[in-house]
Amino acid sequence: MRVALFLTCVNDTLYPDTGRAVVKLLTRLGVEVDFPSGQTCCGQAHYNTGYRHEAEPLARHFAEVFAEYDAVVTPSGSCGAMVRELYPRMGERARAEGRGDTLTAMLAPVVPKTYELTEFLVDVLGVTDVGAYYPHTVTYHPTCHGLRSLGLGDRPRRLLEAVKGLELLELPGAEECCGFGGTFAVKNADVSAAMGADKVRNAESTGAEVLCAADNSCLMHLGGTMARLRTGMRPVHIAEILASTEEAVTV
Amino acid sequence: MSGTFVGMPAFPEAARTAVRNPTLRGNLRHATHTIRDKRARAVAELDDWAALREAGRRIKDHTLRHLDRYLVQVEEAVTAAGGTVHWAADAEEANAIVARLVKETGEREVVKVKSMATQEIGLNEALEAEGIHAYETDLAELIVQLGKDRPSHILVPAIHRNRGEIRDIFRSEMGEWGRPAPEGLTDAPAELAEAARLHLREKFLRAKVGISGANFVVAETGTLVVVESEGNGRMCLTLPETLISVVGIEKVVPRWQDLEVFLQTLPRSSTAERMNPYTSMWTGTTDEDGPGTFHLVLLDNGRTDALADEVGRQALRCIRCSACLNVCPVYERAGGHAYGSVYPGPIGAILSPQLRGTGSEIDASLPYASSLCGACYEVCPVAIDIPEVLVHLRERVVQGGPAVRRGNRVVLRPAKGHAAERAAMRAAQWAFTHPGALRAGQRLASRTRRFHPRTLPGPGRAWSGTRDLPEVPAEPFRDWWQRTRGGKDGAE
Amino acid sequence: MSSRERVLGRVRRALADVPPDEEPIARDYLREHGRRSTEETVELLAENLADYRAIVHRCTDGQLPELLMRLLAAHGSGSVVVPPELPAYWLEGVDATRVQDRAAITPRELDRVDSVVTGCAVAVAETGTIVLDGSPDQGRRRITLVPDHHVCVVRVPDQVVSSVPQALARLDPTRPSTWISGPSATSDIELDRVEGVHGPRTLEVVLVEG
Repeated sequence: MRVALFLTCVNDTLYPDTGRAVVKLLTRLGVEVDFPSGQTCCGQAHYNTGYRHEAEPLARHFAEVFAEYDAVVTPSGSCGAMVRELYPRMGERARAEGRGDTLTAMLAPVVPKTYELTEFLVDVLGVTDVGAYYPHTVTYHPTCHGLRSLGLGDRPRRLLEAVKGLELLELPGAEECCGFGGTFAVKNADVSAAMGADKVRNAESTGAEVLCAADNSCLMHLGGTMARLRTGMRPVHIAEILASTEEAVTV
Repeated sequence: MSGTFVGMPAFPEAARTAVRNPTLRGNLRHATHTIRDKRARAVAELDDWAALREAGRRIKDHTLRHLDRYLVQVEEAVTAAGGTVHWAADAEEANAIVARLVKETGEREVVKVKSMATQEIGLNEALEAEGIHAYETDLAELIVQLGKDRPSHILVPAIHRNRGEIRDIFRSEMGEWGRPAPEGLTDAPAELAEAARLHLREKFLRAKVGISGANFVVAETGTLVVVESEGNGRMCLTLPETLISVVGIEKVVPRWQDLEVFLQTLPRSSTAERMNPYTSMWTGTTDEDGPGTFHLVLLDNGRTDALADEVGRQALRCIRCSACLNVCPVYERAGGHAYGSVYPGPIGAILSPQLRGTGSEIDASLPYASSLCGACYEVCPVAIDIPEVLVHLRERVVQGGPAVRRGNRVVLRPAKGHAAERAAMRAAQWAFTHPGALRAGQRLASRTRRFHPRTLPGPGRAWSGTRDLPEVPAEPFRDWWQRTRGGKDGAE
Repeated sequence: MSSRERVLGRVRRALADVPPDEEPIARDYLREHGRRSTEETVELLAENLADYRAIVHRCTDGQLPELLMRLLAAHGSGSVVVPPELPAYWLEGVDATRVQDRAAITPRELDRVDSVVTGCAVAVAETGTIVLDGSPDQGRRRITLVPDHHVCVVRVPDQVVSSVPQALARLDPTRPSTWISGPSATSDIELDRVEGVHGPRTLEVVLVEG
C-alpha cells in the first residue's frame, strides 16, 4: 500500500513535530509513508470563509499531488473533513453552476482514500494499542469536524486508553466547540476567546497535565489561551502521544 | 412599544458587549445548559428519532417543491371551512391587512399569542400607529413587552432575564398596562407565573379580537395548529369573536397524517417535553364554538427569495423549535440580541440574511457568527445543514452573484469591507498552488523567528489580544523531510 | 396583479430549476414505541399523566359517580360546567350548581365557575396526553380552559392509544381539537418548567374501566 502523509499547511509551517511524530508512529507500525513535496493546503480556510472559487484550484492541486497513492493520512480532523465532506460538495456546486462534472470527476478519487490519522490506525491498520508509552495525565478534546463531520467517535479515546502510563481524565463539556473555527477566531474574536477560555477552564478543572486533541489548529487557539491564562497545562497533538515510547518519551 | 432591531451594529460588535456582561452570560449559560441536557434525554426516549428526523426533512422538502399547489389547496380548504384567506407579499401588506380587519370589528385592542411571523413584520408597532393596542400574552413576550425590551430567543424571548429581573419588571411596569403586580411579589417562578395569570385574565375575558401565528397548516384539511404551554394560546384562539392568524407560507404540510411526525419532534426539541401542555387545532370556524370569524393571512416577506436559492431554501424547513439556539456555543455567549433580528442563533444567522438580504452591516455579518462546529445541524429535527448554508451565504457576501430579492432576479456585488481579505485569500491561493513559493515563505518565517513578537499590533490584536501566537519552528517539516529523507538519515 | 398572484408567481419562478425527480417521503418511523399489553399501555398513560403533574384516579364505571362527587367536594367546588351530553349519572352525587355549556355564557360568567367535568376523544399513553374534540360529552373548547379545575374522564382501554400517530388517525380534522398534557405550564423563566399559568391549574384524569 502506498501511503502518503498530508501534513496540512499549518502543521508543515508551525508544527513539524506533529509531522515527525506521524512518520515515526507509522514507521513503527510497519507502514512506509511518503511526503509528496508538492503538497500545500486543502483550501478549507478559503472555502469556509466564502472563497469557494479560490479553494477550487487548491482542491485540484490536492487531487493531483495525491492521485497515485492508495491512502492519504492527515493528522487533522478538519482538513480530513474538508476533503471527505466538502470536496464532493464543491463538485456538486460546480455542476449546479453549469460547469459539468469535471471537478467532481477530478476530486472523486482522493475522497474515499483520505483518512484522518486515528481512523487510519483503527480502521485501516486495525490497531488500538500502538505500543506507546506516555507517563502523564491527559484530557482529550474531540474537535468538532473530527467529531461531527468525520464521525471519529471513540477511536481517539480507544487509542489513548491503550497508551501505557497514560491516565485519561474526563473533560467536562467535551463536545462543545473550543471557539477556534478558522477565520471565526479573528472575525468574532471576543466570542471565540470566551469559548476558548471556558474550554481551558474545563480542561484545567480535570487536573490533567496535558490537553490532547487531534487537530493542531484548535490546539493553537487553546494553547495560546492557556499561555495567556497561565494555566501550566500544555497542548499536545495525539500523534505525539501515540509516537511516544519508553525509549523516546515525548514531552 | 417594544424596542426594535433597526440600525443594529454588526454581530461582532454587538456580541462584544454581551460577552462582557456577566449577568447575561450567567443567565444564558444557566438556561441553555438546563434545556440542553433535558432535550438530549427527551430525544433519547425515542429509538426511531433518526427516522422521524428524516421523515420531517422529506415532508418539508416535498412541500416546498410543490408549494404553489399546497398554498392553493390551503386557500380552498380554509375557505370551504368558513375562513377567509388573504395573501401578503411583504410585511407592509400583512400589517395593512391585519389593521384593516381589526378596524372592521370596531375594536381598539387585540390579544396576541406568541408568533414569530407577527414579530418579524413588526405588527404590534404597525397596529399601535393605527391606534390599536396589541397585548402580548405569552409570559416571555409579556416580560419583553413590559420591559420595553427586544426578544432574544425564539421559544423563550426573555431568556436573557433571570427571575429577579423579571420580578422587578413586573413590579414596576404591570400597573402601567393593567392590573398591577401583587403586593410583595417575590422572584419565585410560581409566583411570577401567578402574577401573569392575574394581570392577563381581565384582558382575555374582554378580548374581542385575537391574533396568532401557527406552527402548521394542513393543506388537505385547512387545519391550523398552535403548539403552546401556558393556555394563553387557547385563550386567544377560542374566547374572542374574531381570530386573525398570520402564517408564513412555509408552515404548510400536505396531509393531516404529517402532523404525526412534527408533534413528536417539535415538543422534544423545543421544551424537551414528551408533549407540550396544550396543542390547539382548528379548521375554519365551528358553529358556536370559538371565533365566528376567522382570517388567515399567508405571508411571503422574503420566503420566496429563500426558496429560489437551491442551497439556502432548506432554511424554510425550520419548525422554530430553538434546539439550535440552545446548543449553540456562540449563541450562549453572544446572546440573542446580537443577531439583530427576531430570529437569533444559528437558524437566525441563515434566515435573516435570506429574508432581508445581505445589504445591511448586520445581515452581512450574520453568516460569520458561527465557528461551524455543527452542533446545530446535529440537533435540528428537520436536518437543516446550517453550516452548509452559512458557508454558502458567506460566499454570497464576499463574492456576490445571482440571487432573488423581492421576487426579482438580481446579481449581487461583493460586499464592501472584504477587499483586504479577498486579496489575502488570492495571494494564499497563489502560494498554495506554487509549492516553491510556499516553501520560500516558510523558510523566511523560520529564519526570522527570533524577531517575531508574541502579540500583534492593529488588526492582529483580534488574535493576540487573548492568545499567544505560536512559535515558529527552526525549520518547516518539509525541510526536515528533505534533509533527513523522512528521518531515514537519523538526524532528528 | 393581486398579492395572491404575486406570491404564487414568485413561488413558481423560485422552483423553476428544481429537477423533476424526488425522494419519496419515507415513513419508516415507528407506529408506536415498544410492545405493551393493553394493561401496560393504560399503566403508561397513568404514569406519564402523573409525570406532568396531572392527578390520576382509577375506578370502575360503578364507582365513577361517587369518585366525581368526592373530587369536586375536595376541591371545594360550588359550581361545575357540564357539557350537553355528559352522561347524567356521572354527576348524580354532586351537590355543586350545574352550569350548562351554552353559547350564550360569557367568558366572565365562565370565570366564576369552579370546575368542569368532561369526557375525552382519545388519550395517548406515550406522551400522557388527553385529546378533546368538542363532542357532546366534552363541550365547547372554552369550558375546559377558563375554570381553574378540570376533571377529565377517560374510558379505558377503549379510548387509550399508545402513540401520537395512532391518536391522529382516530381524530376528525374538521372538529376543533385540544391536546392536553398536564395542567398549564411554562418554561419561560430560565427555561425551567413551572406549572400553573392561564389554563386550569388542576387537571384530574379519571381512568374508568368497564
